[in-house]
Amino acid sequence: MTLTADETADYRCIAGMIIPASEKYAVPGADDDLIFADIIKSIGRDEADVKTALAKARSLAGGPLSALDAASRDSVADRLRAEGGNPVAILTRIVLLCYYRDDRVMISLGLEPRPPFPKGHVLEQGDWSLLDPVKARKPFWRQVP
Amino acid sequence: MLDKVDVLIIGSGASGAAVAWSLAETKMRIVCLEQGDWVKPTDYPTNGRDWEARQFSDFHPSPNRRARPSDYPVNDDNSPIKVLNFNAVGGSTILYAAHYPRLHPSDFKVKTLDGVADDWPIDYATLDPFFAENDRMMGVSGLAGDPAYPAKQPPMPPLGLGKSGTRFAKALNTLGWHWWPSDTTLTTTEYEGRAPCINLGHCTFGCAQGAKASTDITYWPQALRAGVELRTKCRVSRIETGPDGMATGVTYFDQDGVEQFQPAEMVILAANGIGTARLLLNSASERFPTGLANSSDQVGRNFMFHPYASIYGYVDEPLDGNRASPLCLWSHEHYETDLSRGFVRGYSYQLGRGVGAITEAITSTAAGRLPWGTDHHDTYRGLLNRRIVIAAICEDLPEAHNRITLDPVLKDSHGIPAPKVDYTMSENSHRMLDHAIARAKDILAAAGASNIGVDRPILFGGWHLLGTARMGDDPTRSVVNGWGRTHDVKNLFIVDGSLFTTSGGVNPTSTIQAIALYIADQIKQRLATLFD
Repeated sequence: MTLTADETADYRCIAGMIIPASEKYAVPGADDDLIFADIIKSIGRDEADVKTALAKARSLAGGPLSALDAASRDSVADRLRAEGGNPVAILTRIVLLCYYRDDRVMISLGLEPRPPFPKGHVLEQGDWSLLDPVKARKPFWRQVP
Repeated sequence: MLDKVDVLIIGSGASGAAVAWSLAETKMRIVCLEQGDWVKPTDYPTNGRDWEARQFSDFHPSPNRRARPSDYPVNDDNSPIKVLNFNAVGGSTILYAAHYPRLHPSDFKVKTLDGVADDWPIDYATLDPFFAENDRMMGVSGLAGDPAYPAKQPPMPPLGLGKSGTRFAKALNTLGWHWWPSDTTLTTTEYEGRAPCINLGHCTFGCAQGAKASTDITYWPQALRAGVELRTKCRVSRIETGPDGMATGVTYFDQDGVEQFQPAEMVILAANGIGTARLLLNSASERFPTGLANSSDQVGRNFMFHPYASIYGYVDEPLDGNRASPLCLWSHEHYETDLSRGFVRGYSYQLGRGVGAITEAITSTAAGRLPWGTDHHDTYRGLLNRRIVIAAICEDLPEAHNRITLDPVLKDSHGIPAPKVDYTMSENSHRMLDHAIARAKDILAAAGASNIGVDRPILFGGWHLLGTARMGDDPTRSVVNGWGRTHDVKNLFIVDGSLFTTSGGVNPTSTIQAIALYIADQIKQRLATLFD
């Protein structure tokens, strides 16, 4: 089972509604070619829920989302979030998890576009003298008979 | 038929590995059957760019969502908290946070001290040397001198405070409340061949660096070198018994799906609070019609999670985010009973750092904090790495109606009936959560956090599976005695969290493993009369 052309078009439209491009931050929207390709590739085990969510969207729109003007699409989006339940949450989750691993987006956020391993990160020790007042406390674990 | 072994262990996780290692010195023939497989360090999510995404798929903590071939389904529809586990060599130590507190001395005497539930037949002092031995084997980082506990000496220094810990420390000092660097099983130095933590930040889902202790890299290499045999991808369906009521061995499906019978002198269950109860119930026979070792009708009952709440807020500067272990500090300020709070027993706090970029986006969208549309970008940038998180872990008292049974319909891939969970939170737990959330908000306010969010109970928070084959001296009210032997079957032992008489208010893995080592020690001391 894969998304139909209509479902794919609607999903792309919704992705762009969730995260539109931003000139201010110079980042693409989630309907960007690369990001949306990642979204489609990542549906995997969630395909049934995604299809359910897209069917709900099309039902609310009365047809293809892309045929609506911006105000009507926003209205559909509001209702979709309010009425779509878990399938819409899953559809949204896939958009977010693909968007926020895109190199351009990560760099714009000051994040390094890499996996955690093997470089890792540096954690500062901090000021351990903060612990002095706690060290000064008497043991307060409860004695047992 | 396979050759008879001296000891047959079911499960290779926290407790199964510990008991296997400890018994290896006896030179008995020991076989462990594990339904999962080895996990290679290169398999862990932090190796790839999809590291955060995989917590929603093949590394999801729920076996129902993860649905690997090694997993069995769990019907947890009738529970506000979902069951989490991992099935592999190392069990759920593969997929745990590595937070490693011990139960407190008072946890073992709740009836005596507070008039609730039952006292354990063992106590903290008895377990103390086994806690220490287990700390050495797993490799614990922490700091001696915590006034919330009797003296102990973690073998490695604690994780750094970082920006998040510093915020919490100052806030708790302002309130005059206890805090201490958490005991963890993360290496902070080179330790027994393990490299030190390099702050991959995604510890729960497996450590590619090998800095997080899981029993596949701690106990198992030593147990295997000592001669223990570990068979992977082998799922036990039944414990068999003979005419004398003694266990004769187990029936299991091997890695090719072929049913085998493995005879054994002694069977040790180490399959966690759900897997063990499931197996005992699935082992019903003419002699044991309600399930094996269940003359007390306590198998599967008294099931305990730890009801968790997550309380979090956002501060005005970037903190550690996910660029270090989520573990940081604990507070046991409200651990011991104070009836003026409106509940009996208590809770601990796990003071964390933050979450990853994707997790922040997903959870904040779900919470209605992060909008769709043009405001998305500005809002998100005000959230990323500014989250400061407290987890409240509440003691869950045993109640007979909270139980594991066999689902009449659901089965695993081998056709073995799956477990069904019926669980409700008690009024005491609700009041405890209320208190824990209110006081956590005090901490967040003192830390300068705003935009507060609360998840209660945490839906996917059922890590700790306890109490379904509880320990006790009275065979009519418990399943195992004070050294882990079932009252009904004298060559059947249980060493996992199912034997917890009460839950305490902390993560249980350290205590589970200490008890497993204690029971192994008792077995070794009693070998000549073990089945009398």
